[in-house]
Amino acid sequence: MINKDLVIIGGGPAGLSAAKLAAESGLSSLIVERDFKLGGQLVKQTHMFFGSEKQYAKTRGIDIAKILVDDVLKYPEMVEVMTDTTVVGLYEDKVITLLHNDEYIKVQSKAIIIATGASEKVLAFPNNDLPGIYGAGAVQTLMNVNGVLPGNDVVMVGSGNIGLIVSYQLMQAGVNVKCVIEASSSIGGYKVHASKLKRLGVDILTSHSVKRANGTEALESIVISKLDENWDYIEGTEKTIEVDSLCISVGLSPLSSLLSMIGVDMKYVSSLGGLVPYIDSHHETSVKDVYVAGDVCGVEEASSAIVEGYLTGLIVASSLGFKHENYDELYRDFKAQLENLRSGPFGEKTREGLQEIARNHDVK
Amino acid sequence: MLNRDGVASKDQVLSRFPSNEVLVKAKAITECYEEIPCNPCATSCPFDAIHIGEDINTKPVVDFDLCTGCGICVYSCPGLAIVTAQIVKDKARFKLPYEFRPLPIVGEVWDGVNRNGEVICKALIEKVTYTARVDRTALVQVSVPLEFIHEFITVRRVL
Repeated sequence: MINKDLVIIGGGPAGLSAAKLAAESGLSSLIVERDFKLGGQLVKQTHMFFGSEKQYAKTRGIDIAKILVDDVLKYPEMVEVMTDTTVVGLYEDKVITLLHNDEYIKVQSKAIIIATGASEKVLAFPNNDLPGIYGAGAVQTLMNVNGVLPGNDVVMVGSGNIGLIVSYQLMQAGVNVKCVIEASSSIGGYKVHASKLKRLGVDILTSHSVKRANGTEALESIVISKLDENWDYIEGTEKTIEVDSLCISVGLSPLSSLLSMIGVDMKYVSSLGGLVPYIDSHHETSVKDVYVAGDVCGVEEASSAIVEGYLTGLIVASSLGFKHENYDELYRDFKAQLENLRSGPFGEKTREGLQEIARNHDVK
Repeated sequence: MLNRDGVASKDQVLSRFPSNEVLVKAKAITECYEEIPCNPCATSCPFDAIHIGEDINTKPVVDFDLCTGCGICVYSCPGLAIVTAQIVKDKARFKLPYEFRPLPIVGEVWDGVNRNGEVICKALIEKVTYTARVDRTALVQVSVPLEFIHEFITVRRVL
């Protein structure tokens, strides 16, 4: 059994930021990352980020990944990193079991920060398992990390920020995006992203959904249909579009299965993306010394995940006796940043969702 | 309609432009019609000409007296929602953000495109700035016939 003060599960924006603030406070940690390298989803995000300077606005996601990784590598004695390592078990006494190179490793930790992020939702329609039908995030990884084009002619399903941004990046890569379709009657993501696509000649069809996919060996065409205000297909509005790729971008759900494993109190909150833990203002779950940061406790932009990571790292270090010398100032600053990021109309769902999972310190 | 197809209305567009008298000098046209948490245009402006304030969800307001049309906000805007516009005799001169490759070359004539993605005119490429500072968003200066000043938004390579 290996003993650790803090294990951080997930080396994306939230996990990396948490490790940085813990190290700054004097607390050492182990980051466990399933992928071969750190950075999470930032490593494929070639676009400039929104937010303010404190969350690296106008810096590209790929470069923010470098900044956050370099930040923790500055503390080689404090932050240990295990990549290509999957957490296979999590127990209420904070024993974590890891699988690395076919080796089974047991770790006893004093505190745990779960920063596992989120995964893409799927959409049910006939033949949705044909080769050529991808999650939009998967396409972004293929293109921007591995340099592989998904196909030549694509339709994007979903006009949230991911759908709009990946469509733009497909166009940058020379792929023909035939249209973006959106079931809702209005565009889901930032309109600046929508306008960028429209001026490239890509139509965004609101009140439309994919009805079925066609193909024998792989995707050959899709049938789309208009939807009425109840999201039911309007007969006679079907249209067939020839494509070799279809990208599904209909939202993300928190990767909260590890939390379920240790019996953390959870709630299904649709505005946060799915099943999420109850948390207190310190991001502690109903199981003592088990904390969460980032999309696992509510799907948002990566800017918020970064700040949640900083905040949680600061708090956990303090709770284990390593109080940062500027604790009060930093705590107020991180809280203010999160409030600012969430205070506009796009933060409304998050604000409502977080109220639903708010937990009193004294419960349990 | 912006919410349905991503195209700003004529009134929305006109609300972002100063008068033609002001446009004898280049000015920033910020097409940011929505409250989103973002403020690099304001923090990148060396002349304090773009105001957002403490709440970063506030929409930007340009002080055209202070704006020099330098174009720093054009490549700093994560939404690629800013151009500069200027009236030079019978031409409208723009600086716009461009993130496709290959980049245009000075002297080439490209298609001028409107907010619907339709080709509306020819655009002469006058200057292409591609330095470390613009961070992979090229700043492209073009001129188009003056009548398209409120319709033109970007350039496209002639197919």
